[in-house]
Order: sequence, then C-alpha cells, then structure tokens
Amino acid sequence: MIRYTLTRLALLLLGLLVASVLIFVTLRVLPGDIASLIAGVGSSTEQQDAIRERLGLDRPLPAQYLEWIGGLFRGDLGTSLLTGTSVVDELAQKAEVTVPLGILSLLIAVVISVPLGVLSAMRRGRADGTALSVGAQALAAVPVVWAGMMLVVVFAVWLGWLPAQGFPRSGWNDPWAALRSLILPALTIGIVEGAMLLRFVRSATLQAVGQDFVRTAAAKGLTRDQALIRHGLPVVGLSVITVLGLQVAGIIVGAVVIEQLFSLPGIGRMLVADVAARDLPKVQGELLALTGFVLIVGFVVDLVHRVIDPRQREAS
Amino acid sequence: MSAGPVEKADAAAPASTASRRPSRWAWLRRLWALSTGRFGLIVVAVVVLTAVVAQFWTPFDPRQVEISERWEPPGWPHLLGTDGSGRDILSLLMAGARTTVLVAVGAGIVATVIGISLAALGALTVRWVRESVAVFVDILIAFPVLIIAMMISAVWGGSLWVVIWAVGIGFGVNIARVTRPELRRVLHSDFVLAGRASGLTPAQNLWRHLLPNVAPVFIVQLSWGMAVAVLAEAGLSYLGFGAPVTEPSWGLLLAQLQQFIAVHPLSVVWPGLAITLTVLGLNLLGDGLREATDPTLSRSPFATRRARLHIPEVVS
Repeated sequence: MIRYTLTRLALLLLGLLVASVLIFVTLRVLPGDIASLIAGVGSSTEQQDAIRERLGLDRPLPAQYLEWIGGLFRGDLGTSLLTGTSVVDELAQKAEVTVPLGILSLLIAVVISVPLGVLSAMRRGRADGTALSVGAQALAAVPVVWAGMMLVVVFAVWLGWLPAQGFPRSGWNDPWAALRSLILPALTIGIVEGAMLLRFVRSATLQAVGQDFVRTAAAKGLTRDQALIRHGLPVVGLSVITVLGLQVAGIIVGAVVIEQLFSLPGIGRMLVADVAARDLPKVQGELLALTGFVLIVGFVVDLVHRVIDPRQREAS
Repeated sequence: MSAGPVEKADAAAPASTASRRPSRWAWLRRLWALSTGRFGLIVVAVVVLTAVVAQFWTPFDPRQVEISERWEPPGWPHLLGTDGSGRDILSLLMAGARTTVLVAVGAGIVATVIGISLAALGALTVRWVRESVAVFVDILIAFPVLIIAMMISAVWGGSLWVVIWAVGIGFGVNIARVTRPELRRVLHSDFVLAGRASGLTPAQNLWRHLLPNVAPVFIVQLSWGMAVAVLAEAGLSYLGFGAPVTEPSWGLLLAQLQQFIAVHPLSVVWPGLAITLTVLGLNLLGDGLREATDPTLSRSPFATRRARLHIPEVVS
C-alpha cells in the first residue's frame, strides 16, 4: 500500500509538472512578445518595456517559470493583468458559486444514475430496461447548453417555478435564494453527466451478474436479483468510484458552459471572460488551478479505491 | 442490441467464409444488421449529405437578413421558421452541418495523426522511450478538451481551428491510449514475426501488418472522437471561441437564439436537435462498429459491452 501510494504520488507530481510546463509554454512562450500583445498596436517601446519589467518578462524563461511555481507554494497564483487583483482571491470568491454547483451536480448525477443504471441492467431485454438504456444513450448525446435551455423553457418560462438566470447579489446570506438559482444549472449538469454514468453503471452491473460469486450465491438459493443486490452491488459501487474522477472533470467542464448560460458568477464564467479578454497571466493561474484540481481528484480517487477494494489490497 | 441481429450476423459469416477469401467488406454487412449500427450509419450519411448539398444549395441564403420576416413560425416557405433577423432556420441548420462536418473531419485527421504516432512511439520503440510515452499519455489524458481549447484560444483567439486542434489533441491522446496495447498485442503475433523474418523494414511491417490489425479498434475510437468534436464545436462556438459570428454554426445559432428564449422558445429546439442527432449517430456508429468488428463480443448470454472509459470530457 505504501509502495502504491508513493508510486501514485510520484505520478501525480509528474502530472502537475507536465501540466504546469505545458500551460507555461503555451501561455507565456508561444505567444511570442506578450508585452506588445498587451500594450496593443501602436504602443511605444517604452510602454512595452514597462510592461515587460512589471511582469518580469525581461528575465530568462526558466527563471520566470520557477518564479511562477515558487509563488504557488506561497499561495500566489499570479495577478490579473487588467484589474491587478490576485487570482487566488478571485478564485476563492467565485468558488462560492462553483463548488456548491459542482457538489449539487455530482449528487444529482449519482442519485439518478446508480439506481436507474442497476434497474436497467436487471430489466435487460424487457421494455422498461431497454427504454432506460435507450434514453440514457440519447441523453448522453445532448449538448449541455441545449439541455439547460430546454430546462429553462420548461421550468422558468412556462412554469415559472425557478429563476431563468442569475445569482442573488446577497450570495449565501440568503441561502434559499442562492440555492434556488443553482437548482436548474445543477440539474442540467447532473442529468447529462448522469446519463453517461448510467451507462457505465449498467455495464458494470451486467459484468457483476457474470461474476462467479454472484452465480454461487444464486446457486445457494438466492434469486438472481437478490444475489445481484447483495453480492454484485458492492462491486458495482467500487467501479463507480473509479469513474468519479472522470465525472468531476466533466462537471468542471459543464460548469464553464452552464455558468455562462445561467449567468452565474462562478469560476467557469470568469475563465471564459478572461480568455476572451486575453488576460494571459490570470488564465495561466486559473488553468493550473483547474487541471491541478482534476489531477488531485484523480489521485485521491485512486487511493480511496485501493483502500476499500479488498481485491486490490491483497494484490499489493 | 437484442439477439436477433446477432444471429443474423452469425448466419452471414459462413457465407462469406465459403468464398475463398472472406470479403473485405463483411463487417459492413454485420454493421448494417445491427440496429444501432444501421441508425448510426444512416444519421451520419444524412448529415454528410446535407453538408454537401448545403455547399451548393439551401432553400434560402442563410446569411440573408429580412427584418420584415423575423420570427416566422414554422410553415411555408420557412419550414422551421425564421430567427430574430429573419434568416431561414432550416437553411442555417443546413449550412451549419457543413461547419460541423468540416470540424469533425479535421479533428479526426489531427487525432489520427497524433494518436497513431503516440501509439507507435509507445509500442514499438526501445523500452525507456515507450514507457515514458505511456506515462506522458496517461498524464495528458487528464486534460479536458475544453481546457486545451481555452489554452489555445487565450493565445490565438477563437476560431474553428481551435476546436479542431483541441479535440484532435485531446482525442488523439485517447486513441493512443487505446491503440497502444493493441499494437503491443499484435506485435508478438506470428505474421509480424514472419514479416520481420522475410526482410520487411519496421516501417513496412507497421504499414502492412500492424496498422491493418489495429484498425478496427482505432476506427471505433475515431467515430466516438468525432462525436466529441461535434459537441465541442457547438459548445465552443456557443462560448464564442469557435466559429466566427459570420460563419453558420449550430452552437452559434444556439447562443443567438438563447437571447430570445423567453419569447420564442420553440426556435431553440432545432439546432439542439440537430446536434443531439448527429452526436447520437456517431456514438451509435462507433458502438455498432465495435460490435461488428469484435468477434469476442456478444456471444455469451451475459455479454456485456465494455464500458467506455477515458472519453475526454467535452464542452457541450
């Protein structure tokens, strides 16, 4: 176990290193002369030099990279070019919207997909099982934006139950209003991600049915469904955990689009605005934070899976 | 899907082996016999045909602004109605199909080149190179396509090329991950050894023996990758990083129609349906191709479709 943890940790650190170098090279080196890009067309050399000095662009690239990474350990992801605010502060502030949105989406996805996925596997070949799996297949092809729009049409425009857009200015001081404005966005991401998860749960369940221990349990007198639920479902749960990391990545990506659609002041919307404004230092910090988060979630998921899966424990 | 088509596929098999050489196109017949494969094939063919037709003819000029005819309901002569500036929605959709097909094919080509090169590097080179490439691929796979796209557009601004490169890189890595073990497996088969013994250079061997044998796995991945490209094009164009405003695109159309969603909710349905159908078609084509080309699948009573893991998360 210790050996596995160390190997996996090494892979995580390597991943973070590769990610940071790729982001640095793409956003700092490839654009060429950022200073002239920032200063704009027709700017004087003095202006460009001033920007170069302010951003530390006049120093060799490895030094710039090390300085950027060194800042990370002091909790500094850089500052915005346009507003001069600290990227970490803004991320923390926007996380108040994005983190609850992500957690809600994940909950909805799991609550929808696990029971329905198992059901569709158990009812395989019958009308309801087929309907479920066809429905999931179709839903997984729906673009998140469009799913959001359709939910807005039904629940905001026609029924008027929930707000179509926005987040209350008072934030979480008014928890009910804040939660209400997150329901439709979370439902959108949750349904589309849930459809993909459902298909995974379904095939994991079908695989579990074929396992020896499930067959043995059935041979000892349990019905097929009992055997599956008592002995098969733990295995299904384990394989669901393995894809949770992937789901988290999907939810982050979904949040970028959905925050735009619902005008939520979250991390995703900020990233879109910064990319559009070419605020390269800020984008650099945000992208590193996001990919770092995805990589770390993957690491934690792998460790947890290792700890709770008895087969894996014995193997190590 | 059900037992019916599989039996039919089995019945077709002896016929093709009866002739001296099994037909090169036998898989096509098996694909057609599967309900999923047939659906996918038809949908993809229709989309491609629409794109080709739109190149020469659309019912109206998709760029034609006609203020007096804005927000026409579906009917004659505007079959799907018009948008806020009186453009014919059906024509916009047809022209958008062209953009979609171009992006999907472009991303497919980039993904093929990147995927096959990485897979070959990861399977056929000396040990340390191939292990490093494998670790590198494992790391890159954690990068969501959207993050890659944001990285590229922050530097060069948004365009359809951003979508093509982002999906091409993101899915190319995925293809490499799946193709590499296949290449390793085939590498040790007798005919490859025989090829080497009879004096083929490694490149000739790769071209004549290795690639044809991993082609089925690869083509299935490609089909799913193009589905990702369609979703990514829609999502990124929606966010403003894809198609330029002058270019007809389904994602862009969604963004434009969204502003009037409260008043004209029906118009949003069409582009969304077009995207969903195309993605569903490509996904099912991939599923069908896998079933038609993989003889080990769907034989046992508990035949399960292996879950599709490591699909990079997409904007959609």
